[in-house]
Amino acid sequence: MSTSAHSVVEPTGRTKAIAGSLVIAYALITMLPLVWIFLTALKTPPDSISYPPKIVFTPSLEGFCNLFTTRSRQTEDYIKSLPPASGTCEQIARARNMVVAGPSNYVPRFWNSVVIAFGSTFFAVALGTMAAYGFSRFRVPLADDLLFFILSTRMMPPIAVAIPIYLMYRELGLSDTKFGMILLYTAVNVSLAVWLLKGFIDEIPREYEEAAMIDGYTRLQAFRKVVLPQAATGIAATAIFCMIFAWNEYAFAVLLTSGEAQTAPPFIPIIIGEGGQDWPAVAAGTAIFLVPIVVFTVLLRKHLLRGITFGAVRK
Amino acid sequence: MAEIRLEGVTKRFGRTAAVEDLSLTIADGEFLVLLGPTGAGKTTALRLVAGLERPDAGRIAIGGRDVTAEPPAARDVTFVFQQYSLYPHLSVYDNLAFPLRSPTRRVPEAEIETTVRELARLLQIEDKLKNRATQLSGGQMQRVAIGRALVRRPSVYLMDEPLSSLDAKLRADLRLELKRIQVDLGATILYVTHDQIEAMTLATRIGVIDRGRLVQVGSPREIYEQPVDTYVAQRLGQPAINLLPADLLPANRLAAGTRTVGARTEHIRVTPADGQARGRVKWVEHLGDQSHLHIALDGHSLVALVDPDTALERDAAVDITLADPLCFDAAGRRIG
Ligand SMILES: Nc1ncnc2c1ncn2[C@@H]1O[C@H](COP(=O)(O)OP(=O)(O)O)[C@@H](O)[C@H]1O
Ligand SMILES: [Mg+2]
Repeated sequence: MSTSAHSVVEPTGRTKAIAGSLVIAYALITMLPLVWIFLTALKTPPDSISYPPKIVFTPSLEGFCNLFTTRSRQTEDYIKSLPPASGTCEQIARARNMVVAGPSNYVPRFWNSVVIAFGSTFFAVALGTMAAYGFSRFRVPLADDLLFFILSTRMMPPIAVAIPIYLMYRELGLSDTKFGMILLYTAVNVSLAVWLLKGFIDEIPREYEEAAMIDGYTRLQAFRKVVLPQAATGIAATAIFCMIFAWNEYAFAVLLTSGEAQTAPPFIPIIIGEGGQDWPAVAAGTAIFLVPIVVFTVLLRKHLLRGITFGAVRK
Repeated sequence: MAEIRLEGVTKRFGRTAAVEDLSLTIADGEFLVLLGPTGAGKTTALRLVAGLERPDAGRIAIGGRDVTAEPPAARDVTFVFQQYSLYPHLSVYDNLAFPLRSPTRRVPEAEIETTVRELARLLQIEDKLKNRATQLSGGQMQRVAIGRALVRRPSVYLMDEPLSSLDAKLRADLRLELKRIQVDLGATILYVTHDQIEAMTLATRIGVIDRGRLVQVGSPREIYEQPVDTYVAQRLGQPAINLLPADLLPANRLAAGTRTVGARTEHIRVTPADGQARGRVKWVEHLGDQSHLHIALDGHSLVALVDPDTALERDAAVDITLADPLCFDAAGRRIG
């Protein structure tokens, strides 16, 4: 760690200041919409559309209540005749001349998103790892053409195949099923997974597996004990990319799901329509929707940063 | 322990013949060193014996059993690789235990522990067992890599330049260590290197390999004193053998038909002479225990060995005669 060796390229104070302000500016630009969503989620509907926009306001749970419940409008007399409100949401609803009618579909839709995103990520990464290993280690006939073909499935915009897939799915009874959505997202992600993971697996010297095989392990055992742990970094990175795609995917979800298997992205905008423009409810739905992907990324981030093979191979 | 027998083994990669028609028997308990420059086919030869490559032609037998078609796991060999050392995701202990934990072996954990600790003591890495493999120095890594080969008792040990990445001091230490271990275990070892000192000190027999072909096999003395051709003669000897036209210098004895003489330092007699002499000292290289004399002579240059306290200096005139040099014919084959 010689500092003098770096001194030639050591940034000057001014360079550092410029770089620093650029980073901060970029962070602000990207963070601001998120902050706005979180703020809006805590506003009342009137606060959310007041002009000029309110930065300081009294936080309210109305957005979250409206997100998780359906309500019906009643006359003031009817509401007065009811026994005292039992929960926060009931209180908030009554203040607006409504009563809570039941739970909304947000939780089941959210759960669909979880199942479909995790399911498709799992299959895409599992299939991608095995395919990448095969391409990396064996002499596959026409390997380059096959790899190009696999990548080419990602080259056209998804909307180009939306109609054929819609018709196929209807014919096959896959429309609006979780299985169908997992299958679709797996198919879209597996190409990315193969390419990303092939790069990572190519980097793992094959001597590691060869040593294991000489020591009495089968190829599959060597793959599990030696290749997988060393590819963990790549697998984590790939999983994040697949996960983000499947979690955020909107176009196919709108087209192919409407009830049973509907994911959160097409559901959240629907909330707007129910009784005026309920921006706090939409913002609350979005805020909650962001949590898993952020947690997932933060958890795997450590894994991404740890170059576990660093320095282990003699040069 | 077992003998290794290679019969007419050939391996090609595209148009390059990495190993060509290799026939060689390594006796039970023998330490055979394959010596050759980079690209000679040494690694390929080892990989063929290990089963990591299938030969295009020929047969390989270990302990009398034909293993040509068998996978690596069935051959009961260990391999120390040239290029990598250890599993980076495992601790030193787990690296050493890895071969014993193979599903085909089913060694009880208690026994693994005893074996690994014993081996760690032998390799002087007891205090590093808990470390990650990546937290070791180069020398320690290589000890562990060699340890991994020693942890079980296979029929045959295969080692691919295991010392080449180490510094000179460590290399010398581990060389002794390896030789001692081999003698203690009575192990059959096929070891490849491009380092002539390793070959000379470790080998029971040396096989000299050039562009995939085995050129000569013999004891280190035989290879040194009776090389079959100029190529082998140049592989051994420090400083390297001087190859000179037969008529350049007076010699006590030359075989008929000699075109090239091979003069090692011990074949060269240097005597101080007056200004008429043909040899001129270009420089004297003092190495402490000995000195190399670089001499220019009729447009040729040669290196001789002199006492460290030699009076010869730069530009001194010298006479040179040869005593019992090696004689080679026009094709470079030794004829006397
Ligand atoms: N997997 C391979 N594919 C193509 N050529 C190879 C391969 N392995 C070795 N070779 C070639 O075979 C020759 C011998 O290589 P190698 O056995 O590694 O030599 P050494 O270990 O003596 O340096 C070299 O010319 C090398 O380029
Ligand atoms: Mg090699």
